[in-house]
Amino acid sequence: MAIDSRLLEEELAGLDALDLEEDKPVDRLAKVWSALWPKLAAVFLAVAAWQLTVWSHWRPEYVLPSPVRVLGQLGNLLGEGEFYRAIAITLRRALTGYALAVLVGTLVGASVARVRPLRTAVGSLITGLQTMPSIAWFPLAILLFQLSESAILFVVVLGAAPSIANGLIAGVDHVPPLLLRAGRVLGASGLRLYRHVILPASLPSFVAGLKQGWAFAWRSLMAGELLVILANRPSIGARLQFARELSDAPALLALMIVVLLIGIVVDGVFNQVDGHIRRRRGLTAGA
Amino acid sequence: MTLTVEDLVSVAPAVGINAVSKAYGRGPDAVRALDRVSLDVRAGEFVCLVGASGCGKTTLLNLVAGLDSPTLGTIDTGGRRTGLMFQEAALFPWLTAGANVELALELRGVRSRTERREQAAELLERVHLRGAADQRPHELSGGMRQRVALARALAQDAEVLLMDEPFGALDAMTRDLLHDELERLWSTTGLTVVFVTHNVREAARLGDRIVLLTSRPGRVAASYDVDIPRPRRIESREVAALAADVTDRLRSEVRRHGH
Ligand SMILES: Nc1ncnc2c1ncn2[C@@H]1O[C@H](COP(=O)(O)OP(=O)(O)O)[C@@H](O)[C@H]1O
Ligand SMILES: [Mg+2]
Repeated sequence: MAIDSRLLEEELAGLDALDLEEDKPVDRLAKVWSALWPKLAAVFLAVAAWQLTVWSHWRPEYVLPSPVRVLGQLGNLLGEGEFYRAIAITLRRALTGYALAVLVGTLVGASVARVRPLRTAVGSLITGLQTMPSIAWFPLAILLFQLSESAILFVVVLGAAPSIANGLIAGVDHVPPLLLRAGRVLGASGLRLYRHVILPASLPSFVAGLKQGWAFAWRSLMAGELLVILANRPSIGARLQFARELSDAPALLALMIVVLLIGIVVDGVFNQVDGHIRRRRGLTAGA
Repeated sequence: MTLTVEDLVSVAPAVGINAVSKAYGRGPDAVRALDRVSLDVRAGEFVCLVGASGCGKTTLLNLVAGLDSPTLGTIDTGGRRTGLMFQEAALFPWLTAGANVELALELRGVRSRTERREQAAELLERVHLRGAADQRPHELSGGMRQRVALARALAQDAEVLLMDEPFGALDAMTRDLLHDELERLWSTTGLTVVFVTHNVREAARLGDRIVLLTSRPGRVAASYDVDIPRPRRIESREVAALAADVTDRLRSEVRRHGH
């Protein structure tokens, strides 16, 4: 053999080693802390501002209670069986509605992205639907389904599905042409090109759509639960409405905190998934 | 002397490009990318295509790879599989290096998972990347990514390897090493290689033959047989002398476009 293969191998290995970054040891605790403290500081500032407003007597205590009273009320709620039933019902509605929205959004998104005439016909309609405030759907929903679970579900699905469809469409539209070419060179076409190249390439955009879809679903659900109150179906929205009717400010604020917390937790889950996908593809600045 | 069947087979080119023209668009606005290009590449030959940017090199490779079809003329690869490598590695960022190679095997029709895994490991070994199978593309250097892309192209089990300025974005030292690597692979496998570059020295370093294309429309302007014995070094006097010749010709071609 004319070329000294062993020498070449050593040189390549040397270059490779020089090219790769060294693995830095990560201090997990420090990492968690650096992610956590700004959030804790933000919570502290918000609570402090709230407390200062209370102390300024801008509104009487029975309208704007102090953080301590609201936290106490939150504690009471957490000890109450009925409260968990309400959360369970609300979350079940959220999950059912969201699951349906994912199904509808994905089907619509996939067909619109693939079929050109459908694209021109409904592409902009979907974006239009996305800007429609979900509360505007309720009169129609109530006409169609009366005051029922279906009315709530209808609006949740309509609120969330357009974002999900749009995320998928945008993802398919923005698959890098080079990767499409690479896929075709390797012999993928039609469905196989979809499965091995187009869908994986559009995943980050799809996840962004899923996340936005969740936010819309959650908002629509809260609007729905305030409007559509069903007998024997306690829910977070219904309890919020009752708290307002009874002028029970501490309970009202405690419930709002619950709504906020659920939103934050789910958002955190989506961010984890999103971050994971991006890190694996080297799409993050720090990776 | 009479010709035997073997002689006929060995005489037939691995890639026959016959009076191929390619225009993008129609009517007066059409871009004539290639104009009656004819070129035969022998089986096992290493041909380098050089030409100014925009002269239709990428277009020609796309046609040979079957990604597009010529406006006029024919391309005959005698049913040989072709593999294509680009300037960017074009690896799928959601797959590890190993999985990228495995996908090529799967799309080629290798059914068994374990077989794909073994073959991918072997292919990565051949480009000296056995340790990188579990790395993701973004964790690799440019040179390593190009070698994974090479392994992926080899996974297509192609007899004809088409390379479109594959080392154009690499630093000189990495590129020199990859020249050695490519030469070694080529000489041990009997691959036919069509290698596009705008770097004339690279062409003289690698090719059995250098084919010079003119610009707008692309035509074959000249062809040089490279008799420099292998292994070659890109710094060697013979390579430099040939590169100077080809460059002079290339420049005179480019000058034609000045007026
Ligand atoms: N898809 C396309 N549509 C229109 N014009 C194209 C297309 N692809 C290439 N061209 C034109 O054809 C000519 C040759 O392009 P290309 O093959 O990419 O050249 P090279 O690879 O030699 O730089 C250029 O003038 C380019 O603008
Ligand atoms: Mg090109």
